[in-house]
Order: sequence, then C-alpha cells, then structure tokens
Amino acid sequence: MSGALLSVEDAVVDLPTPRGNLRAVDHVDLAVGAGKTLGIVGESGCGKTMLSRAVLQLLPKKAKLSGRVMFNGQDLTTLSAEKLRKLRGRSLAVVFQDPMTSLNPVLTIGTQLIETIQEHLELDLAQARQRSIELLAAVGIPAPEQRLAQYPHQLSGGMRQRVAIAIALSCEPQLLIADEPTTALDVTIQAQILDLLAREQQRRHMAMIIITHDLGVVAGRTDEVAVMYAGRVVERAPTPALFKQMRMPYTEALLAALPKLDVAPHTPLPAISGRPPDPTRPLKGCSFSPRCRYSAGRCTTEKPRLSPAETQEHLYACFHPIAAGVGA
Amino acid sequence: MLFFVARRLLYLVPVLIAVSVLTFVIASLLPGDLAYVILGDQATPENVAALRHDMGLDQPIWLRYLGWLWHILQGDFGRSFRTGQTVLQAVSERIPVSFELMILAELIGLAIGVPLAIACAAKAGSAFDRLMTGSAFGMLSVPTFLSAILLIYLFAVELRLLPATGYVPFTEDPVANLRFMVLPALTLGLAEWPGIMRVLRSDMIAALQEDYIALAKAKGLKPSRILFVHALKPSSLTLVTITGINIGRLIGGAVIVETIFALPGIGRLLVGAILTRDLIILQGVVLLVAAGFVIMNFIVDMLYAVLDPRIRHGHA
Repeated sequence: MSGALLSVEDAVVDLPTPRGNLRAVDHVDLAVGAGKTLGIVGESGCGKTMLSRAVLQLLPKKAKLSGRVMFNGQDLTTLSAEKLRKLRGRSLAVVFQDPMTSLNPVLTIGTQLIETIQEHLELDLAQARQRSIELLAAVGIPAPEQRLAQYPHQLSGGMRQRVAIAIALSCEPQLLIADEPTTALDVTIQAQILDLLAREQQRRHMAMIIITHDLGVVAGRTDEVAVMYAGRVVERAPTPALFKQMRMPYTEALLAALPKLDVAPHTPLPAISGRPPDPTRPLKGCSFSPRCRYSAGRCTTEKPRLSPAETQEHLYACFHPIAAGVGA
Repeated sequence: MLFFVARRLLYLVPVLIAVSVLTFVIASLLPGDLAYVILGDQATPENVAALRHDMGLDQPIWLRYLGWLWHILQGDFGRSFRTGQTVLQAVSERIPVSFELMILAELIGLAIGVPLAIACAAKAGSAFDRLMTGSAFGMLSVPTFLSAILLIYLFAVELRLLPATGYVPFTEDPVANLRFMVLPALTLGLAEWPGIMRVLRSDMIAALQEDYIALAKAKGLKPSRILFVHALKPSSLTLVTITGINIGRLIGGAVIVETIFALPGIGRLLVGAILTRDLIILQGVVLLVAAGFVIMNFIVDMLYAVLDPRIRHGHA
C-alpha cells in the first residue's frame, strides 16, 4: 500500500464496557490515495465511526487502538499530541454527522472559522476574515459576510453543515473525512451537500473518505468502497466493480434494503432480518452468518478472510460469494 | 435586545408587588401589637387605643397596606419608633458594609472555585480531581460560625496578623477597612467556593463531551483554547446563576458573620430590629432586601443573554 496518502494497517479498536471488551474495529486494512475518494458503508454500530475516530486519533480516552495509521509517511499512532494537533484541521479535516451539535452554540460562525484559519495559517485577522467570507461563498452560503456575525442557531441544518464543510476546507486539507455528512439532514438537502463535497474534492484535489450507511450515497461519488460489518471490512472493491458484481451477501442485502421508487406501493422493504451480533460476544464463524441466507457449512465455525478473487482490487470475506451474474 | 430588556423589566412589576404584599402581611401577622411595644407594659387601654388610632392600626389590613405602599412610592419607608431614624437612613448607613462584604466574599469564592473547577474538569477522574471534589464536599459541610472561629483563632490570636472584630469605613481608612474585612470575607468565601466549583466542574465535564468539542479538537485548536473558550463559555450559565443567588442572599447581610465579626451591616440591623420588635424597620428592610434580590436576578437574566445568543434571540 505504498504511495497511499492514508493507509490504515491492521487497525483494532477495543472499548472496555461494563459487559466486557467491545471490539469496535477488528483488523481493518484500508488505503486512500491522494485525490481519491473512499466510501465506507455499513449499518449503525458496525465500527465505521470508530474507525474514522481512530484515523483522527480522537478515540474516547478508554479505547485502545493497535495497528498503524500511516498518513503521509508518518504513523499517527506514535505522533506526539502537539504534532497531531498541527496536522488536524490543517492536513486532516473532518465533517461530523450532526451540524446541530458539531458547531459551538455560543460562538459566532466567524469565530469558529477564523480560529481554525489563524491556528494553522499565517494570516492576520483581516486576511482570515476575508478567507472565511470566500469559503462561505464557495460552499454556497448566501450573504457570507453577514453570516460571520451570526450564531449556529440562526442557520438551518443544511446551512450549518455547509459551515462545517467550510471549516473543514479552510486550510486546504489533503484528506477530508465526512462522517455521515447527510444523515441528519432533510432528503432534499442531502444531494446538495454530497454534490458540494464531490465538487470541492475534485476542485481541491483532496482525498476524501465518506462514511455512510447508504450505498446510494457512495454509488456515483467514490473511487473505492469498503463495506463494513461487525467491525470488519467484508468487501472492498473499486466502486464500478462493486456495483457491477457484488460478491458478499451482506453488500447485496444492504443494497436490497434501499427503498426504490419503481416498486408497487405497499411492497414491504426487504430489510435485513435480525440484528448485528453483540460486539462484546464475538462469533466463531462469519459474523454475518446468523442473518445470511447463503449460510452453510463452515460459515458458522470459521471466519472467512478478506481476500482478492477474480481481480486483485476486488476483495471479499465470504465462503459462499454470490456467483457472477446473479444477485440484486 | 432592547425589547428583551423591556419585557424582563415589565416582569419585575408583579414580582415586586407580590414581595411587598408578603412582607407586609408577614410583619402584620407577628404576635404583639405595635402600640403595646411602644407604650410598654404600663400602658392603659385608653392610651393604646389612642395610639392605635394615631398610627392607623385600627384600620383594616388592606387599607394599611395601601397606605404603606403609597408612602413607599413617595420614598418614605417609615421611621423607627425607637431611634427616630428612617428606614432609608438606617439601610444606607449599613448597606456599604454588607455590600463590600458580599463583593469580597464572592470574589474570594470565584477566585478559588473557578480555577479549581476548570482544572478538575480538564483532569476529570484523576487523583487531583477526586481530592478537590472531596475537599469541596468537606468545606460545604463546615458551618460559617465554625470557620469564622477557626480563622479568628489562626489569624487574630495565634499569628496576630489581622483584627478579630471591628469596622472602619473604607472612605476613612481603606487599609484599615480591608484589614477588618479580610477575615469575614474569607469566612464567607470559603463557604462559597465549593458550590461554585462543583457546579462549574460538572457543567464543564458535560460540555467537554459535546460534539463541538470533538470538532474543536479535530480543528487542531490548542487545548487551552478548547478549555477556556469552547468549554468554559457554554458552561458559565449556571455559574452566573449561583453567583447571582449568592450575591442576592448576601444583600440581606450575612447575619452570623456580621455578628461574629461585629460588622455594622444589614444582617445586624435586621437582627436588632427583630430583637427590639422594631416592626417598621423590619418590614422596610425586608422589602428593600427582597427587592435587591429580585433585581439581582434580573441582572442574572441579562447576563444569560450576553453569554448565550440563543436566549438573546428567543430560541431557548
């Protein structure tokens, strides 16, 4: 995985809980090249947010991370707090899920933008202010100059997420992590925000990781997709290859669970039955086997490894992959 | 903002009316007739009846209340039958003492409580945090008369650094005034900091869990800025509340501390009025103190709006 801007190597995140150790991220390998886009898809609790926090080195205090997180040739897990701080916001930026809670309610939009810019770039207040206005205009906020004096509660959810994106973009980061950036927003706003992210990603030639539970979000907007289940990456492929032929039954089930417009009214949604396994009680076999309609034989006794199949780029962890030409 | 202030000011009117009614009714319900108190036990029924008539005590209570209120609106709170001093004179003589004591005590409480709260919140769960929360709990349980006596013993008797009792006005001799004020203010301040510290500490710990703190960290801000700007500002609302309540409470004078240290403040005026059954002084002072408390709360409300834009814009 040399040459990648970010590579996560054999990452394991353990969280101590009253019910025992919770393995939130289980031996994950991922990589994003400069200017590339990676989608991480999975349902709630699959470890995708913990993985992103591990990349940012912002895990809860009690969490234990092992493995390496290589960014620009440096291992973030061994970097000093001060060096990490200089990297965050500067080269490594993030947009969180809920813009209602991720902006400080008692500080103005201007303060929250300018403090980031002045922390990392050698700009005086007037220059930082000017840059903030340009950033707000770039993310599609009308009357950007007036916004600087406003507080988050005076803006709608979509506008707040645009502000959060402007903050993330403020120092021209090399990598942007968008953690469910549209989940908390109205459907009509979601596409706008995703298009904005895609446009800025291309314009600035930055790498981006989009974390989502919605395969539809990553479909047209990513170079590569990693599907996570119960803390593990279960399928990983270049986006076109994945949508052309998904091999892992979980990916298929995830896609089938998306609501479609062309089905007859009152058709029940093909939801994935059951729940993800209890992460404090790891299964011996494939963690998807209890919910998988193809489960048979060693699926319940042995863990399938994530390995390449027909092509080197398409990896999946399954003993009974969906055959070519079949599936959803 | 102006509309906000005006609306809050308007709210004060019914509150102040209610306060005046309660003050008057409670003072009237006290046992013992004022006429008997003034005339002493040698009074004849005729003398008492005459005095009651002169003072209007034979009128129904609501009429007496309205008369009292009418005088107050003209700035006349009444006059002590014992000393002949008016309520306003008595209060204005003593308020500087209580006011200075209150300010100094609150400053000491904040100076100890706020830095400790921030330090504890930043290192929540550490040995330092546990030690400090424990000490705060301990201090909370020490009554002021005990800490006052201990401080007097230490600083006045053993070290002979400060006077134990007495008072000189600030305008006469600022240094001597402060020397007299240190021990009483310290006594009160030591009782104030634990509350300040515990409230601010828990608010800051809660704030530090918020998403916007995670984002502030992800923005690469300095830890000091995260702590003092991003976490402290949204946490300061309850701090303002309890500081306001404390100040309001101390406007009424710190009865015990003023008595121990022989400070001529509002607290001792009230106690004196009760002991001598000086009802006019009593109800006048209680009304002024209650009004001060209400106005203090109004100021706290205004400070909320300064600190939290959501309140200012009517979103809260």
